[in-house]
Amino acid sequence: MGWLSRSHSKEKTSEKKIPEVQEVERKVRIPEGLWIKCHLCRQIVYRKEVEKAGKVCPKCNYHFPITIDERIAQLADPDSFVEFAGNIEPLDPLKFTDSMRYPERVRLAQKKTGLTEALRIGVCRINGRMAVLGVFSFGFMGGSMGSVVGEKVVRAAERALELKIPLILVTASGGARMQEGIFSLMQMARTSAAISRLHENAVPFFSVLTDPTFGGVSASFAMLGDVILAEPRSLIGFAGPRVIEQTIKQQLPEGFQRAEFLLSHGFLDMVVERGKLRETLSLLICHFRQSGTSRCHSEGDPEGEAPVRD
Amino acid sequence: METHSKTEKTGNPIWENVVIARAQDRPTALDYTQRLFTNFVELHGDRGFRDDPSIVSGIAGFEDRTVAVIGHQKGKSFKDRVSRNFGMPHPEGYRKALRIMRLAERFKMPIVTFIDTPGAFPGIEAEERGQIEAVARNIMEMFQIKVPIISFVIGEGGSGGALAIGVGDRVYMLENSIYSVISPEACAAILWEDAGRAPEAAQSLNITASDLLRLKIVDGMVEEPPGGVQKDFSVVVSRIKLILSRDFEILSRKSVEELLSERYEKFRKMGPYKEGTTKTT
Ligand SMILES: [Zn+2]
Repeated sequence: MGWLSRSHSKEKTSEKKIPEVQEVERKVRIPEGLWIKCHLCRQIVYRKEVEKAGKVCPKCNYHFPITIDERIAQLADPDSFVEFAGNIEPLDPLKFTDSMRYPERVRLAQKKTGLTEALRIGVCRINGRMAVLGVFSFGFMGGSMGSVVGEKVVRAAERALELKIPLILVTASGGARMQEGIFSLMQMARTSAAISRLHENAVPFFSVLTDPTFGGVSASFAMLGDVILAEPRSLIGFAGPRVIEQTIKQQLPEGFQRAEFLLSHGFLDMVVERGKLRETLSLLICHFRQSGTSRCHSEGDPEGEAPVRD
Repeated sequence: METHSKTEKTGNPIWENVVIARAQDRPTALDYTQRLFTNFVELHGDRGFRDDPSIVSGIAGFEDRTVAVIGHQKGKSFKDRVSRNFGMPHPEGYRKALRIMRLAERFKMPIVTFIDTPGAFPGIEAEERGQIEAVARNIMEMFQIKVPIISFVIGEGGSGGALAIGVGDRVYMLENSIYSVISPEACAAILWEDAGRAPEAAQSLNITASDLLRLKIVDGMVEEPPGGVQKDFSVVVSRIKLILSRDFEILSRKSVEELLSERYEKFRKMGPYKEGTTKTT
């Protein structure tokens, strides 16, 4: 299958078809300066205004890519995120070589992003309520899932099960990590198995899909949420648009594989703007915790935690 | 859909392996079903949208048991292959497979799956109907199915589309079959922008039966006669019969709890990493 081609080819080819996605690689951060150009509407917008909106364009609502730290800051209560399994790193089980050895490719990605891998997981509080939170970085080898990412998803699920608190995973991934070959494929099995245990034990899993989410990630744990949310306009699918175009030799319809497309076809529960994501998750956590009773809108909290804001 | 150039002239033994795995005269899932089992009754449809001929399924006899059979079906003649979309299922194919697995579970029939696909189909309708959801759901629910599952990669094990019927308590590969996260052509196109370098990619990816046995991804390899299984199908069929006979016996003695926790642990272990060399955060 060729669903990896989009994410990985960006490093090498100049042929670009999806403006948002190419921008993700080129500028993960909005560059310094008072004004920036929106990737979507191409208008010049005031940087502070974009930052204040959580990196969303005030003119067209385009959601700029954000870093793991920014995502955590937006979702988790201040200083509540405590990372775990942060010290696991990839091996090179296939001694995979293309133009560069795999370990070198990993080291480069680590240097570029300051991360050890494409996923960080931790326990945090959201409006006072505990959750296990995992966030992907598309900037780290296209957010691809190898054994470490798979292991972290499994550990995040196992921690959620152990603590009986919800699991939230925010994905951004081109799919499987080719350099780990068959091991990367098997991560689809491991991660889905871990989510299966959450389902069986009624531990809620909220999957948040962001731009882009494809291949081995979308076709495994990411689509197995009890509730599946996505940011507006996120590209989500199995095969990348280029692979599909090459296969069927025709142009893809407008809006194809966008979050709104998936919503209308019944594969998402909701498309949520970034500014509303925290309160949406907070409300979900509350609803799912109190099965049978709904006290999410009451003033006081039975466990002395902070009430949910409106 | 993929370039199959540079086939014979490479002299690369792994590529010859790929060519054999994809050969049109290689027996299909239905061929195995006919030879291994008795009284096969084919069952059709996902009960939601349509019957996907890229996946065949049904129930049949094996020794004193009734078993459920599910397999990708590439087809034989060109017309047949076209109608079966060259063994590349749409979501409803995977949903049919899951329906049969749940049926098998209800009636306590062990499940045998035959994997032989270039991959799940990359197309507009497949995406519209939720290829990602169908593949993900099959993989997850296979961890919950309370009857033994034995899988054979008989030709091409193409990525998530293969795994979606491949979460077995035992997984075997035919000697000349391949199993990969990405086709060598697509991999080469990404690495070198040249699908013609697929043989090199095939080498890097470690996709042969002996590779996967060494990497402990599969439980065993079924030997083929020189030149491939089609040279002497009977000998391969009898080898598979022995495996099924033995495994059904072993697996049927396990409690449901044992079966499911062993299935979980089997896949839980697949993914090497190092731990503790750098500090957290
Ligand atoms: Zn804009």
